[in-house]
Amino acid sequence: MTEEETQAPEGNPPADWGFETRMIHAGAGPDPVSGSRQTPIHQTSAYAFHDADHAASLFNLQTFGFIYSRLGNPTVAALEQRIASLEGGCGATCAASGHAAQVLAFFPLIEAGERFAASNKLYGGSVTQFSRTFPKFDWHCDFVDTEDLSAVEAVLAQGAKALFVESLANPGGVVTDLETLAGLTRAAGALLIVDNTLATPWLCRPFEWGADLIVHSATKFLSGNGTVIGGAVVDSGRFDWSASGRFPGLSEPEPAYHGLKFSETFGDLAFTVHSHAVGLRDLGASMAPMNAFLTLLGTETLSLRMERHCRNSLAVAEWLTEHPKVEWVSHAGLPTSPYRELAKKYLPNGAGAVFTFGVRGGYEAGVAVVEKCELFSHLANIGDARSLIIHPASTTHRQLTDEQRAAAGAGPDVVRLSIGLETVDDLIRDLDNALAGA
Amino acid sequence: MDSTLRYSDALIAGILRRVRTIAMVGASPNWKRPSNFAMKYLQQKGYRVIPVNPRAAAGASILGERACASLAEVPAPVEMVDVFRGSEAALETTREAIRLRLEKGFEVVWMQLGVRNDEAAAEAEAAGLTVIMNRCPKIEYGRLWGELGWGGFDRGVISSRWPRPAKRDERSG
Repeated sequence: MTEEETQAPEGNPPADWGFETRMIHAGAGPDPVSGSRQTPIHQTSAYAFHDADHAASLFNLQTFGFIYSRLGNPTVAALEQRIASLEGGCGATCAASGHAAQVLAFFPLIEAGERFAASNKLYGGSVTQFSRTFPKFDWHCDFVDTEDLSAVEAVLAQGAKALFVESLANPGGVVTDLETLAGLTRAAGALLIVDNTLATPWLCRPFEWGADLIVHSATKFLSGNGTVIGGAVVDSGRFDWSASGRFPGLSEPEPAYHGLKFSETFGDLAFTVHSHAVGLRDLGASMAPMNAFLTLLGTETLSLRMERHCRNSLAVAEWLTEHPKVEWVSHAGLPTSPYRELAKKYLPNGAGAVFTFGVRGGYEAGVAVVEKCELFSHLANIGDARSLIIHPASTTHRQLTDEQRAAAGAGPDVVRLSIGLETVDDLIRDLDNALAGA
Repeated sequence: MDSTLRYSDALIAGILRRVRTIAMVGASPNWKRPSNFAMKYLQQKGYRVIPVNPRAAAGASILGERACASLAEVPAPVEMVDVFRGSEAALETTREAIRLRLEKGFEVVWMQLGVRNDEAAAEAEAAGLTVIMNRCPKIEYGRLWGELGWGGFDRGVISSRWPRPAKRDERSG
């Protein structure tokens, strides 16, 4: 062999590259045609075929390539590779929103009339999606307290094909014992699906603890500036669909592809190929290229931002614990948190930047604090460079029952903060003024 | 993917650059079978792929290539034997490849994704053949030269250099 022949085309094995390097480079080398160093925004609906045979090969999934941006787009694909790399997954599928990513995650797994389980400590929007809208697809969700392991085992034994949890739960302060739950789902032949939005792969990598799929709202810390709506589902590539036999969508012949069996033909790539070729094709909730570009920019600084988000957040939480108008603070980084040990295990780089506190005076006091802030933005989002504040009981968790709100940590006195990157003393002064008026 | 088998990018890329002709044992005439997918893709990348399938009718052709009933029928030179059979059957195919290596010019025995036979690998390596197991040349080609990333897969490849095309593409024009 000559030196030319032994030299790799580019790069080295993935294990060699650090997280921060992959934040900037994964999925995004120079453009092979123009040399553009930043990823081009491929603002196109469709892609020219070389000839009829090339077109047929693409439609048959016999070759890699682009057909139509509902199914795939080069800018979106760059982001998919980057998110897959940061999570340590095999592949990723981006979607129009975090909610769209959740539909995409369940779509190959759950047939009509089948069930999955979900933690009862979830973002309120997810609770509503699973309990109100999914039944219209004849998909059924059983909510379970994931700290009650016998309850989890029972719901898995009753046929739940997947367990959905948030690694760090929204509205805040709750850390999920991923490794223990992964043991239970593995024993039951079910999947563990983890929403890693609040933690981001910088704080927690659920695949390292046995998760099978990860979903993200890219709207939050991944993009980081409150600019986009987007989501992603990431596959670990480790679940053996053929051996399981419980997931015919991936292991049985797919009529729309002439009887192709995805797990047989694509091996560990099957879930992600299916998510594009069937999921995005038929559900149509694709990410826009511009949103993928903005999220790529965001991921380039993810670790730097998360460090500051976490540092500011802990400082604000510590200050709030001393405030006379504050009843309690739920932040997993505080020494008083019941989730402190789990946070040390799963979130060693910081316990996140979204948390809640209780204001003395209940619902009215909670609303008053929110309305009196000058610097904090009163809006329904998290994971922005700007600090955000909201009263979940009257907004994000409004659709829930009182019991669901209590279980989700969104009772009447609860105020949720998403701490941004501003000067931390300014954040504390703003909250101090707001609490004084509440 | 089997994490206990590690092959460097340089090794895989070297094989895929050097090889011109591949004998695909177990190539199926059914276009929906994985072997047919891989064969077609590799043909598009400029490789000549000769199907070996004892069950194919005499003189039958697969994707424009006449199918051979055994490795012994394959016209030399062929640098790589791609094993699209079960892990147990891979031993028989590998031993045949070892017997015919000088006559046919075999340099590489490549066992497909899901196919692994350590006994076969040890014998082939002792005979001077390079062995790859539990990998797909189509996926590896796509991973190393970028196309796999189009599907949202992490290729594990990072570089800030202007990408060089695979030599294969240059040759096939």
